Amino acid sequence: MNVLVCIKRIPDIAGAVTLDGTGTGIDESGLGHAMSSHEECAVEIAIQTAAATGGTVTVLTVGPAEAVEQLRAAVAVGANDGILVEAAAPSVFGPEDIAQVIGDVVRDRAEAGQTFDLVLTGDDAADTGDFQVGIRLAYDLGYPVLTNIQTITVADGDNSSGTDPGGGERSSGSIEARGIGPDGTEIFALDLPAVIAVHEGGVDPRYPSITGRMKAKKAAIVEYDAPEPGTGNPRIRLELPEVKASSVTILGEGPEAAPALVDVLEEIGVIRP
Amino acid sequence: MTHVFVETDAAGKVTLTSAEAVTFARTHPNLLPDGGSATPRGVAEPPSGSTEGVVIGPLSDSAVAELGRLGVSVIHHLEHPDLEAYSAPAWAQAIVDITPESGMLLASGTPRGMELMAHAAVRAGARMAANVIACDEEGLLRQVHGGTAFERLRLDGDLHVLTIAGHACTPEETTPIDPEVYDYDLTVAEADLATRVQRTEVEAADDASGLTSARAVVGAGRGVGSENGFSEALDLVDHLGGALGVSRVVTGLGWRPHAEQVGQTGSRISPDVYIACGISGAIQHMAGIEGAKTLVAINTDEESTMVQRADYAIIGDLHEVVGAVNEEIVRRRG
Ligand SMILES: Cc1cc2nc3c(=O)[nH]c(=O)nc-3n(C[C@H](O)[C@H](O)[C@H](O)COP(=O)(O)OP(=O)(O)OC[C@H]3O[C@@H](n4cnc5c(N)ncnc54)[C@H](O)[C@@H]3O)c2cc1C
Ligand SMILES: Nc1ncnc2c1ncn2[C@@H]1O[C@H](COP(=O)(O)O)[C@@H](O)[C@H]1O
Repeated sequence: MNVLVCIKRIPDIAGAVTLDGTGTGIDESGLGHAMSSHEECAVEIAIQTAAATGGTVTVLTVGPAEAVEQLRAAVAVGANDGILVEAAAPSVFGPEDIAQVIGDVVRDRAEAGQTFDLVLTGDDAADTGDFQVGIRLAYDLGYPVLTNIQTITVADGDNSSGTDPGGGERSSGSIEARGIGPDGTEIFALDLPAVIAVHEGGVDPRYPSITGRMKAKKAAIVEYDAPEPGTGNPRIRLELPEVKASSVTILGEGPEAAPALVDVLEEIGVIRP
Repeated sequence: MTHVFVETDAAGKVTLTSAEAVTFARTHPNLLPDGGSATPRGVAEPPSGSTEGVVIGPLSDSAVAELGRLGVSVIHHLEHPDLEAYSAPAWAQAIVDITPESGMLLASGTPRGMELMAHAAVRAGARMAANVIACDEEGLLRQVHGGTAFERLRLDGDLHVLTIAGHACTPEETTPIDPEVYDYDLTVAEADLATRVQRTEVEAADDASGLTSARAVVGAGRGVGSENGFSEALDLVDHLGGALGVSRVVTGLGWRPHAEQVGQTGSRISPDVYIACGISGAIQHMAGIEGAKTLVAINTDEESTMVQRADYAIIGDLHEVVGAVNEEIVRRRG
């Protein structure tokens, strides 16, 4: 089964941030970059699924030229190859545009003979948090979509060759997907091709091996230029929250301060009688 | 007019986050130039009202009364055998079928809310903004970068689809109304059922649902030291009849299950008190606890963000401090 994982280069934020000169983005100088955490799990799921079915993992990003670093990071942990859709100013793209661009590339790759049975995204990107690119992409491709998924297993009788022996509609097998719903773990069964948006927590992303890092340097990266965005980004500007002065009451140091905390808890009324 | 998708729990009660979303809708201006039309698609006799609820599945009398207290004048009730098991496209289509051509459609920023609003936005040809925290004449304000920054934006089009960030506002009751309940004769397309939930296993998520509804949450972070370092925190959970919440370092190390994670990529909680033990206060963790009414930090580092942001703090080793708190509770109980 061939899996495509859509990953996004995002600034790695630890504490407070400042805005850039335009006021429409954060100042990324001095910040490291990573892919979103849900996507790290999506890459791991893709690697496991491809290994179980003898397939491949391709990672795709729409972003600046530097986003090739995130593609190579995914290859270092086991992806086979990457697709960089270069957008000089990624922030002018809205979620509709990103989904459209990815959909167009998927169709273009199919014409070039590279087809995907499963397309994975994260639930939401850690920077923009739009919660919709995966779903919009699925509609664009005409595939079913699940979100908030933590693990995937390939169902028995998988036919992931991508060709239907009967010459009919393409069948790429089926999968079982599990995610956390409001009442418990929800289990879905789905025929492929499909889009699945992953939520972190179901798998442990692996670390790159030395051979993985070597492979990453030489990995094949197909490059595209992103077209002009159609819908555009609705952002007017960014704002930063007010920094509130600390108003902490230090109850004390060490175990001697315990009674003071129990007083507070009694006051709030949360101690079980 | 503003339609709010309302989630109810197993007991038929309106969820806290849905009550927040309804309050948000009632207390914020509608951004459409004319306030939106009053003509839902596919309804012969359009109901009128300003804040309207949409409920899928069983609708209890208590939920109707509760929505009335929250200021909902009309409830669109969507029930159909094919909607009993959750399937996002089918539920979203049902919502779109009764949503006016112009207006606002919103839900709380839960996994269900996010998923349904995204499907509904695509199906209605609308744009969607996730995790909105405010809305005024200038447009919308939403959380980005895990709550580190806010985005000011303006959606175009006649229908604006939003999700409201957890704890962006507090549920507020108003002069009670007796809501009119509209039932619909729906048709559900077979194709929209391919992604239906096959079955639900209940035990695994008990933790998460307990976590989001607990009045007291004890947080435990890397500071506990190891997989075996949770006993004092768990004893405190027991004394408070609360829940354990943990940081991502803790779930990442496999010390506790992901269902217990609090933060940007875990649960967002709003307990009466959150007692953060050995948690530094990274922005992604703070994003999950903004709703806590009282914040207590137990940390060896007085300079840590968690201590600085807390209402009360004890500086010291969490095992000693929490152990002593447990002993004190037992002692006072006599
Ligand atoms: C995209 C993204 C999403 C994320 N989502 C989340 C999320 O949902 N939830 C989340 O929690 N994090 C999340 N993170 C991770 C986050 O950035 C932090 O790494 C994490 O919250 C830190 O966990 P911690 O506070 O337990 O550990 P640390 O930051 O290592 O802090 C440990 C604290 O324990 C204190 N300590 C040590 N020993 C003791 C002791 N004996 N007694 C008392 N105190 C002690 C230390 O002083 C320190 O303050 C996310 C990160 C990214 C990039
Ligand atoms: N620029 C991008 N390049 C590749 N994938 C993306 C991009 N933006 C979003 N995605 C994917 O879509 C998911 C949801 O993003 P969003 O809807 O922006 O929150 C992300 O987790 C990624 O998997």
